Parts: sequence; structure tokens; C-alpha cells
Amino acid sequence: MTRARGATILLGAASLLSLSGCAQWPAQGLFAAAGPAADLQRQQFLIVTALVALVIVPLFIGLPWVLWRYRLRGGRGDYRPDWDFSRTMEFLIWGIPVVIVAVLGVVLWHSTHKADPYRPLAASDQPPIVVQAVALDWKWLFIYPDQGVASVGQLVVPAGREVALSITADGPMASLIVPRLGGQIYAMAGMTTQLHLLTNRNGDYRGMNTQYTGTGFDQQHFTYRAVGPAQFSAWIARARSGPALDAARYDQLAKPSKLAKPMLFGAPAPHLFELIIAKYHAEGDTLASLPPPGVMTTAKGMGAH
Amino acid sequence: MDWTYWLFGTLRWSDFPPKPDLIATFAASLVILAPIAVAVILTVTKRWKWIWNEWLTSLDHKKIGVMYCVLAAAMLVRALIEAGLMRTQQAMANVGSPVIGADHFGELFSTHGTIMIFFVVMPFISGLINFVMPLQIGARDLTFPFLNAASLWLTAAGAMIVNASLVVGKFSTGGWSGYPPFTELAFSPGEGVNYWIWALTLTGIGTTLTGINFAVTLYKERAPGMHLMRMPLFCWTALSTSILMIFALPPLTVATAMLALDRYAGFHFFTNGAGGNMMLYANLFWLFGHPEVYILILPAFGVWSEVISTFSGKKLYGYTSLVVATISIAVLSFTVWLHHFFTMGQSADVNAIFGIATMLIGIPTGVKVYDWLLTMYRGRIRFTPPLLFAVTFLFCFVVGGLTGVLLANAPVDFAVHNSLFLVAHFHNMLIPGTLFALIAGYMYWFPKVFGFRLDERWGTISWFLWSGGFLLAFMPLYALGLMGAMRRTSMFTDPQYTPYLMIALGGAGMILAGLAALGVQLFVSIRRREQLAVPVGDPWDGHSLEWWSPAPPPEWNFARIPQVDGTEAFTAMKRDGQPYVPDPENYEDICLPANTGIPVMIGVAGFVCAFALTWYIWWLAIVSLVAMWALVVLRSWQGEPMQTFPAELVRKHTEEWLERARAATPVDRFAENAPANRGLAEPIR
Amino acid sequence: MSSDKKLHPGINIQHTDPKAHLEAEPIMFGFWIFLMSDLVLFTLLLATYGAMSVHGIAGGPTPGQITDLTSAGIETALLLASSFTFALASIALKYDDNQRALKRWLIVTELLGAAFIGMEIKDFVTLAGKGQVPQVSGFLSAHYALLGTHMLHVASAIVWMVMIWPQMKVPRLKKLVRLRIMRLALFWHMLDVVWVAIVTFVFLFGAST
Repeated sequence: MTRARGATILLGAASLLSLSGCAQWPAQGLFAAAGPAADLQRQQFLIVTALVALVIVPLFIGLPWVLWRYRLRGGRGDYRPDWDFSRTMEFLIWGIPVVIVAVLGVVLWHSTHKADPYRPLAASDQPPIVVQAVALDWKWLFIYPDQGVASVGQLVVPAGREVALSITADGPMASLIVPRLGGQIYAMAGMTTQLHLLTNRNGDYRGMNTQYTGTGFDQQHFTYRAVGPAQFSAWIARARSGPALDAARYDQLAKPSKLAKPMLFGAPAPHLFELIIAKYHAEGDTLASLPPPGVMTTAKGMGAH
Repeated sequence: MDWTYWLFGTLRWSDFPPKPDLIATFAASLVILAPIAVAVILTVTKRWKWIWNEWLTSLDHKKIGVMYCVLAAAMLVRALIEAGLMRTQQAMANVGSPVIGADHFGELFSTHGTIMIFFVVMPFISGLINFVMPLQIGARDLTFPFLNAASLWLTAAGAMIVNASLVVGKFSTGGWSGYPPFTELAFSPGEGVNYWIWALTLTGIGTTLTGINFAVTLYKERAPGMHLMRMPLFCWTALSTSILMIFALPPLTVATAMLALDRYAGFHFFTNGAGGNMMLYANLFWLFGHPEVYILILPAFGVWSEVISTFSGKKLYGYTSLVVATISIAVLSFTVWLHHFFTMGQSADVNAIFGIATMLIGIPTGVKVYDWLLTMYRGRIRFTPPLLFAVTFLFCFVVGGLTGVLLANAPVDFAVHNSLFLVAHFHNMLIPGTLFALIAGYMYWFPKVFGFRLDERWGTISWFLWSGGFLLAFMPLYALGLMGAMRRTSMFTDPQYTPYLMIALGGAGMILAGLAALGVQLFVSIRRREQLAVPVGDPWDGHSLEWWSPAPPPEWNFARIPQVDGTEAFTAMKRDGQPYVPDPENYEDICLPANTGIPVMIGVAGFVCAFALTWYIWWLAIVSLVAMWALVVLRSWQGEPMQTFPAELVRKHTEEWLERARAATPVDRFAENAPANRGLAEPIR
Repeated sequence: MSSDKKLHPGINIQHTDPKAHLEAEPIMFGFWIFLMSDLVLFTLLLATYGAMSVHGIAGGPTPGQITDLTSAGIETALLLASSFTFALASIALKYDDNQRALKRWLIVTELLGAAFIGMEIKDFVTLAGKGQVPQVSGFLSAHYALLGTHMLHVASAIVWMVMIWPQMKVPRLKKLVRLRIMRLALFWHMLDVVWVAIVTFVFLFGAST
């Protein structure tokens, strides 16, 4: 029976593969979660898998059994070619998935609200650090309005402090994620989305754009660096001594290019983030988070592409 | 504006080959050489007239079905080679030796997706339904044979537009979903996105018309007594898919037309600024895109139902629940589009509602899986290649279902959206789910179409390669996705990924070998066609009416339209009466539509129009558009010419078939694979 | 189909055994389905218009600023009248075997349709003259696309009618031409229904803002 042997080999290969996958479980993704947002995602992943397994496992057991017992050559099961309905089976195959989906639905409702990226993670009593992120071709600009600095390709925050990100794009749509911490959410020109991230552990975490935006897209990465409070102050001080991010320098930065190394800027232009959004709007547009009219007028002076 | 622009639009010599990179040059030469080779073969064998009269101008649903499948097969080869190239690039680039540039990679994932969905699976499905459905419901043709041919040639024109982009200029790098604003003029100038838009427009029109045609046929052309609830399940899935085609294709047409207006006329639907909003596109596109997924999968469910029931030698378990499940899936498919962009920043309430709606689809889908398992239960299962594919399907599909429910969960989706996990998920649904069904359906119905079975050994080899290749190619992508590897990335730089990428590359190689095995199978079977012939037409002890006809069936399908009294009409005939008893009284002249070359010419004009629009050659676009409509008007003057098959011819043909049936020895299922199987079945006792 | 008894089929999915059907049934049924598909298209254009008329103004004119109720009123009257005259043509097709009445009403319908298109072109020209072209804003893009698509439909219906015209004289095509006129009638009435929706959502809502 070549076919049966083929099936055995195939199944063996599949299980070996999944085992080898588990052996060196990823150090960069969801299963190396290092913050509450990603933790929730991982937990949901496991809960859903466990619940759905209730439907899958019976098939994984039942199918080989049926194939063996009812095979044409040598099958021992009785042959009932006209058997095509059973009330009990019908009840089970509709009922069990309905119950599981109902349970999953309740779980999903709660977790979706809990994991709402707009919602503060509220794990800390300190106020969050406000950072404004802008997706450019092909780098990430982070503006720290309260500290008055900006950086490109690097998001430095004190460990244990929540980061409240407001995100927009000045170019095609992008999407921001830090796989070990949370996300993702789209960055769209003329609009703002929000994301909250937090980790208590010092270290570097890879962040990236996940949405194709052209040839440099796969290098649109940044480092989320969680540091101690002293280091953070030092970093802010260093950034403040950097060149100012005025309109001209911003326009230069916004041109498509790949980032060679992270950049630091002191003194971003006032309302820079709002100005970037305002570029895509006219006065009177119905958008809640639009800057005040004075700023809107200034926006027209910035180079739009 | 100079005269070159008036005459040639933006098309210039530099858009023609040679291309800057070797692989692209090779691909371009292939596209040029393949038609030349076909032309030479046709000339040498003096077959031009034959191909024109017998195939290209035919309005016979069976031939149109076969031509759809040929188109799909040719495009499948291209799309799989592209997939192999992408796997090679990602695996090699991660160890420091990329094989292609980032721009070329962008074209590859865009053409691969566009081709697989619109020019492989859709035509393949249209082909199978075209061939099988009228036979299953006891009809002589579709309701609108001319429209059917026009749809075919419009689809073919769309496929040729994608192929033209290999030779002239470039294709879009915006992916199969073509999200603006990236695909707007500001970020994607040039012809690439135009190619994508017009290829989709052609096939979109073709598919909408096909959907209408199938639906009307299923409602109006059924044999006497073939009530809706007596139709084979494949027809039910065909009906659901046609309804989805009718309602889901317009959003695509609207979305691409608006994108075209943005690009060509400076409108502001999806641009950054001036009131444009890409979120509108995301909604329109997925309002099409999600039902589209079920357009692709539902007919596959139909094929599985037929294959599993036939090769288990048993009635389909839970016919009613399968019908209910099919229709629930079709209806629910319109209510879940938002799960394609949970990450667009809408409220948690909205995400949760769409997440729950998405999981609801899991219920009827789960029911179907168990219906198939119960169909096998108490059967006599023959491990033919189609059934082996079905087994792989059942095992893999539930895994895909699991990852689908995971993705329906917004928090999990936030983590793996746009990642290789997502890529693995939809390939997990579409390869074992749809593509394997199409291969299984091809092997299952091939004897009916051409009169001989396909070699079983090579079929089994192909199954092994496809199944193993699939697992090796896509299971690592799940892991990679969970490790933060994102889709559409031309170059990773993480040594951790290397083993996974290498295994996936091996899997891709295995899939290509599986494709080659299918080719060998066809070749071997054609050589052994005498031994494999099944002229009586029922090689598998089939259940539905398509098996109650000679293989291949005559143009008129049935000498007399059968009277149907229940489900599984052919099984009933075999059990109660004598399906092969002559009925000398009942022969009459049969009228079927005459051949016409107009649909082919509409396709050609459609191709020229799309090409001209892509390159802004306005005069040519107008001329070819007018030509298309002139052809339609010309047809309206012809008044639907028919050809008549005289009663005497029908009688002769039918009696020859019945004579063959009387002469043949019935074979039982143990001898199904032996040369003794001439297509006369003796049921298992 | 016998010439004296002309059934006007609707959606009828019972009694589906083909012998029980008139030849016309599947053709008309198919056209109904096509119309449904076409209606989805208009629905989406209307939905886009709805979204754009709020979020897509972008400093350009608002719906209230471009609404010309007089013009819309005349257009509505023209189109409704044309639907009425087409109904008269349909009655002529059904009960009188004389083509004179049919032709007369079709000509009137065609002229009314042409006048409607003329009015719409005038509206577009007026708007464009004020600089209110589709390139100004998402809202104007949606406005032109919606009305333009409808206008294109009406125009193609008129072309269709013109194409049928010479075929009415050909005896060989008589049965087909009847079916074509029946389908054209459905198409024409559907465009009227769509226009009513457009009047409501575009012009009346526009005027009320």
C-alpha cells in the first residue's frame, strides 16, 4: 500500500516540523511578549487555540479511524451506502460549534475592548509619555512634544512608563508594530490613530512598518529602547543639543529615502505633528483632531507632495 | 504634446525588452516564445482551422469549460514559478545573496496574487462549473451561450494583459489588493497600476456576466423533477458562488473605476488630501474581497462533496445541512469585510462585532467538515488521488480554520496582521481548500471530458508532492509570522529566520515538482489513453447525471432530457431501472447555438482597449471600445443562429453508446483502476 | 412565445421545469439579475457620495452650494415623463401589433431622455464654469461620478434604442426585438428608480443643508 505509506511519511514530516518549530520558539515575536499589550495578545492566542482544538481534535482522531476502518480493501466497518442522516450527529455537529463560538464570542468581546489600542494600559500611576509618530518613506519620525525633541528610527522611553503614541503618515499608508510589545495600527495621511505601549524591562525591541509602501519598506524599522530614568534624561539632553527640526529640514526628511542610522533633533517646529496632518486638509473640514485655524494656514506653506 | 504622445501614449522603445535583470528578460522571452511555439505547432500540424472551428468559436459549454481550465493551467504555471522565485529570494537574501531587486519583488507578489485569484482559481472554477453543472442538472447548455463565450474571452484578455506586463513595461507593485494611496499617481506613477486596474476590469465584467449566466441556468434550465433540493451539492455551491459573483463584483468594479478616475482624471476618491480617503477604498475593496474568498472556496466545497461521496461509495451525509451551511456561508460572507482592517483605528465595539460575525462563519464551515467525515463513515473508501487530496484537505483545512478564528480575534490580529502568519493562513485555506479541490475535480471529471482516466500512480505522486510541499512551504510561515516576519518583505536580515525560510523554499520546490508530476501524469495518460479509455462514461460509479452520458459527451449532452425523481438521480437510475436501455421512440432534432467568432473578437478588442488605456493611447482605446460594441451590435443582427443535430444523428450516436454499454463488462470498485474499467460500473455489494 | 399572448415574467423560481416556461422567461429573468447587479453599483456610488458629502468637502463647495433644485426638478419631470411614455410603448408592444404606436412612443421617450441628458450636461457645464470640477474635492469627485454614471446609463439606453430601431423592420428578428424592447423597458425604469434615489439623497438633502 504505497498510498498508506505516503500518508504516514507525510504526517510524520508534519509533526516533526511542528516540533522543531516549538524547540526554538521565536525570540522576536508574539511569544516573546514583553509588555501587557502583547501579553494579552499571546494569552488570547492560546485561549482561542485551546477552544478551537475542541472541534479540531475529534477530526484528527476521527478521520484516520474512519479512513482505516472503512477502507475498501480490508475495511472492517459495516457498509451502509444509504445512511445519510442522524439526528444525534446533526445535533452535535451544529451544536458544539455553536457553543464554542458563543464562548469565543464572549471572550472576544471582552478581550477586544481590553486590547483596544486607544485605551491606556493603566498599569502605571505615572502619566504616559506622549509621542507623536509619523510614517515617512521609509523611516519613522517620533516627536516628543512635551520634551521638545524628535528622533528618527529610534523610540527611547523609560522602562515602566507607558507610551501614548499618536500616529499619522506623510505618504502612503503604513502600519506600526513593536511585535514584542503590541500594536499594530495603521498610519494614514491626514488622520490620527493611537497606540499604547508599555514594557517594564530595559532593552531594545524591534519596531517596524508592516504595510508595503515601496522598495524601502522592508527597511522601515526602528528600535524601541526602554531605558532607566537617568539614561532617558541623558538621551533627552543629547537630543536637545541636536539640530532643530524646522520646516525645511522636515521637508528634506520627508523625501523618500532609507535611513542609514538613527537621527536626533532638538526643537521640532511648533505643532509639527498637527501641521503634517493639516497638510491634507482644508479649513472647515470635519475632523475632530484638526489643529486650530492659525496653524492650518501655516500648513499650506509646508511642501506637500 | 508631440506626435509620439498622440500616437503611442507613454509607450516608448525603452519599455520593451531587453529588461535590466536576467530573470525578467527570461520571463519576457517566454511570453513571446510560447505563442510563437503554439503558432508553429498549429501550422505544422495544419490545425489552425480545427482550433478555430472546434474550439475558439465554439459556444458549447463543455468546450468553453475546457478552455477556461487550459487558461487557468497556463496561468498556474506562471504564478507558481513566481512563488518559487519569491521563496528563493527571501531564503537567499537572508543569507546575504539576493537574487532579484526590491522592485522586481514588488511586481512578483502583485502578479502572483492577482494571477492566482483572478486568472487561475476563478477561471478554473468557471471552467468546472461550465462543464459539469449543465450535465448535472440535465440541461443541454447554459441559458446564454454567447454571453458565456464572451465572458471567457474577456477573462482571457485580462490574463493576457497581466502577461503583456512581462514584456512591455512593468506591473503594479501594489499587491493583489492594490491599496491606495500607494497605488495613486503620487506614489506609483507609470503603467504598472494601470495594467492591474484594466486586467481586473476585464475579468470583473466577465465574471459578473458568468455569475448571471450560471444563476439563470440553475434556476431555469433544470430537468423535469430536478427540484432545487434534488440538485447535486456541486450545483448548490455553483449557485451560491454565482450569487456572490453577481453581488460582490460590482464593489470591485466601483473601487477600481474610482482608482482609475483618480489616476487618469485627477479625481480625489482615495488620494491623500483634497477630501480623498483611502478608508473608502478599503471598505469597497473588501466588500468585494471577502465574498470573493467564498467565491473561491464554495465551488471547492462542492467538488469535495462529490469526490468524497463518490469515492466512499456512499450517499452524501447531511445533504440538507450542507445546503444550509453553504447558503449561510454565502450570506455571512457579506457581513465580515471589516476584519481585513481591524487595525484601521475604529472602535472596539465595531471590531468585536465584526470579529464575532467572522467566527459565525466558522460554524457552518465546521459542520461541513464533519458532514464529509460522516460521509466517509460507513462507506467503502477508495484511496484514489482525488480522495487523497480530500484527506489532505480535511486535515489542513481545520488548521487553517483555527488560524482563521485566531485572526478573527482583534487582539491576535493586531499582532499578526500583515505578517507571514496571515500569508500562511490564506494559503492554508486556498491551497488545500481550493487548489486541491480544483486538482481533485480535474482528475475526477477528466475521464468524462476526454474519455479516458488519468494515470493513478502519477496522480498519487503528485498528491504526495503537493501535500508535502504545502506543509513544508507554509507551516514555517506561521512560525515566521509569530516571530515578527512581515509579508511583502523582499529581504529579511534575521539569521533566526534562516532555517524556516530554507524549509519553506524546499516546500516550494516540492510544490513545483508536484506541478511537474501533474504534467507527467497528463503526458503518460495521453500515451496510455487506449488502456485508460472509459467510453461508457461512468468510471467511478458516479451518483449524478453527468455520469449518465458517453465520455466524452456529445454536443447535445442528452439525447432525451431525463426525468428526475430524487437526489442522486443516476444512482436511482442504476438501482431502479436500466440507465442504458434504448428508448427508440424518443429521438428528435436538437437545436443548439451555432459557432461564432464574435466572442473571440470581443476578447481581442477588450485586450487592445485595456492595453491602450494602460499606456494612454487614447485613439486606440476609443477605436477598440467602439469595435467591441460594434461586434455586439453585429451579433444582435444575426438573430442567434442555431445549428441542428438531426434526430437520425442523435439516434445513431446514442445507439452506438448503448451498444458499447451492453458490450462492456461491468467492473466493481476493486477493479476501478484496471484497464477492464470501460466506464460501466457495478456497485459495491 | 405566441404573438398574441405576451406574459411579462417576473422573478418566479417555482415551477422550474423548463418545458413549463415560455422562452422569454430565462432571458427576462437574467436581465432582472443583471439589473440587481447594476443596482449594487449605484448603491455603492450613493454610499460613497454620502460619505464624501460629509468628509470630502476639503474646502470646496458643500452640497448646499451646488444644488440647483430648478434644474433637478426639470430633469426629474423629463425622466418621469419618459418612463411614462415608455410604459405606453410597452402597452403598444403588448396589445397592438401595429408598430406605429410603439414607434411613436419610443421616439417621444428617446427625445425626453435626450433632453434629460442635455439638462445634465448643462448642469455640469455650469458647475465647471464656476470652477467646481471633480478635481477640486472628494465630494465633487463623488458628485460627478454618481451623476455621470447615471447619465452614461441613460445615454447607453438611448443608443440601444437607436440600434434596435432598424431591426424592428426585419421580420426574422421580430421575436428577439420584442424581447429587447422589454428588457430596455426594464432598464429604463430602473434608471428612473435610481434617479429618484439620486434626487432624494443628492438634491433634496443637498438643498436642505
